[in-house]
Amino acid sequence: MYTYDDIDQRLVDERVEQFRDQTQRFLDGKLSEEEFRALRLRNGLYIQRYAPMLRIAVPYGLLSSRQLRKLADIARRYDRGYGHFSTRQNLQLNWPKLHQVPDILAELAEVQMHAIQTSGNCVRNVTTDQFAGVAPDEIVDSFVWCELIRQWSTFNAEFSYLPRKFKIAVNGAENDRAATYVHDIGLHALRKDGEIGFRVIVGGGLGRTPLIGQVIREFLPWQHLLSYLDAILRTYNRYGRRDNIHKARIKILLKEWGIERFRSEVEAEWQHLKDGPSTVKAEDIRRIEGRFTRPQYEHLSATPIVYSAPGFDAWRKRNVHPHKVPGYCAVTLSLKKTGVPPGDVTSDQMESVARLADNYSFGELRITHEQNLVLADVRQDELPELWREARNIGLATPNIGLATNIIACPGGDFCALANAKSIPVAEAIQQQFDDLDFLFDIGEIDINISGCMNACGHHHVGHIGILGVDKHGEEWYQVEIGGNQGETRPGAKASLGKVLGPSFARAEVPAVVEKLIDCYLAHRDSDAERFIDVVHRVGVEPFKESVYAQSHQRPAGRDRQPALA
Amino acid sequence: MPSLIKGRQVATANPPSPEGRVLRLEPADDPAQIAAALEGAARVEVHFPKFGDGRGFSLGRLLRERYGYKGELRAVGHITRDHLLYLERCGFDAFELRDGEDPQEALDGFKVFSVSYQ
Repeated sequence: MYTYDDIDQRLVDERVEQFRDQTQRFLDGKLSEEEFRALRLRNGLYIQRYAPMLRIAVPYGLLSSRQLRKLADIARRYDRGYGHFSTRQNLQLNWPKLHQVPDILAELAEVQMHAIQTSGNCVRNVTTDQFAGVAPDEIVDSFVWCELIRQWSTFNAEFSYLPRKFKIAVNGAENDRAATYVHDIGLHALRKDGEIGFRVIVGGGLGRTPLIGQVIREFLPWQHLLSYLDAILRTYNRYGRRDNIHKARIKILLKEWGIERFRSEVEAEWQHLKDGPSTVKAEDIRRIEGRFTRPQYEHLSATPIVYSAPGFDAWRKRNVHPHKVPGYCAVTLSLKKTGVPPGDVTSDQMESVARLADNYSFGELRITHEQNLVLADVRQDELPELWREARNIGLATPNIGLATNIIACPGGDFCALANAKSIPVAEAIQQQFDDLDFLFDIGEIDINISGCMNACGHHHVGHIGILGVDKHGEEWYQVEIGGNQGETRPGAKASLGKVLGPSFARAEVPAVVEKLIDCYLAHRDSDAERFIDVVHRVGVEPFKESVYAQSHQRPAGRDRQPALA
Repeated sequence: MPSLIKGRQVATANPPSPEGRVLRLEPADDPAQIAAALEGAARVEVHFPKFGDGRGFSLGRLLRERYGYKGELRAVGHITRDHLLYLERCGFDAFELRDGEDPQEALDGFKVFSVSYQ
């Protein structure tokens, strides 16, 4: 866990006072709507469908039990007793009151938390692999690099009013669990001749114009990380479009210029900045490393424990992950129980999770971009006990990586931008696959749902992606397949889904998903071939056919709701 | 007449005309085009047409760091106290506030953060 020094603490404290003043000036009529909008957004405050929404930063998804208890307490006193973990590894409160937000921020500052730059046209919360620091395939501990970037980006004077939001992801392991190809900048740590560096990927992103990022530099030695980021951001700040919000992301500039020109502009800028004051020194890294508390692991046997119980084996198979230290493992607490909006957690659950973190995982946890929670340092021999406790609070659904582990944005139930609801669609799909044997037989598949083209539910990179669209004032759903967030295991690279065809009414969606899965099951060559592997091998056509060819017939098989005319 | 802050103090709203040329950059301009004229310029103005248009921050740094400009660097346009500290860190030392922004109160903008990461 990163612990604040005096400077960190002073900055968040001063930020609270700054925002209190800005809110007061707005209420006094001294700041216009437009001005306050730009200021409140960079403090995570949106004005939403029913109430403001406050997005609280969880830097790189790392949280202490003390902080989680504070979040539970805040959600209970200032909100309706629950929060929503987002795909940006942050926590969103959907019902705070505008005039109370400065007080909420002051309480957050007491536990080294804030809402700085969780929205607005600035560098956002840096995200990373939820298994940072514990993964067996680790190259570097990405938390340290994320913190370096967090400090560089926080109140960065030059890059505080960018053309549009800016998202950076860092991956410190061999496999890419941070979706580096779909961020404005993705950094993938590499080791070359014993030296640490980063592959720099730029211009990826979802939203209305989804694009896979391109490699601008194959290997950037770590000392140059910040000066190179300066060069990219300065190029973007000066030349990114500001005339049209939908064309303002860095990916559009890259698309207009092409990677060759973009690279040469950045490299030319970098020649002036390289070896300058923003060069990273070994002592900078040591200083940041020194602010992280580390688990005091015990010397344990690496032999897997022998324990079996109905329900436990499935959970262990899906929700328990390998750890680099013998005798330990990482555990995902699923926030994807059928009937619960993906990512939602009640204050009571937060407090229970804080207790689990204290008892089983050194008082720390992580938020995943798939909207689950991870206890990263669990003793193997304590798994049965942890499983029983997690099950008692409804967080032991054995579905990590499976069809019911759906990513969904808050959608039309909460969000003012949404065309359609996403939560009821997620629930209907979860109900469709409530048979655990069938769920396990289908194997790994990512189903992602967004309520509008802004793509907060990452539908473009779902193996099956579902997008809410508005058709003459009605909610319809476009379905795409073949998207992939990245090379989470060797094989399928990051890719964007392809739209199957005309959209569907909400009631049809679960049956459509099931047809797609039936088609996959008919085509796979073995259990090891995942849905995404089959789509990449055989293409979209067979799937399209399976969905549209006999759409006039009532589908056979499981109990399904008839399609709306 | 918009109010003016210079070097963290309220300056006279209508200062006497300085000797030498006043150079002005719009956000899309390239500072290279005025590089040759910087020596002997009375001041350089960088225009911020909108509250959220941050291009001028980069221009400020470029003028100071790359072109070695030492004279008065003035931010003009849609400037409120919320920008002052960032502008100063990017090399600006004079600030023309947008209409309605009280210059005396705006000076608090310099005190918002007492430390910085960068």
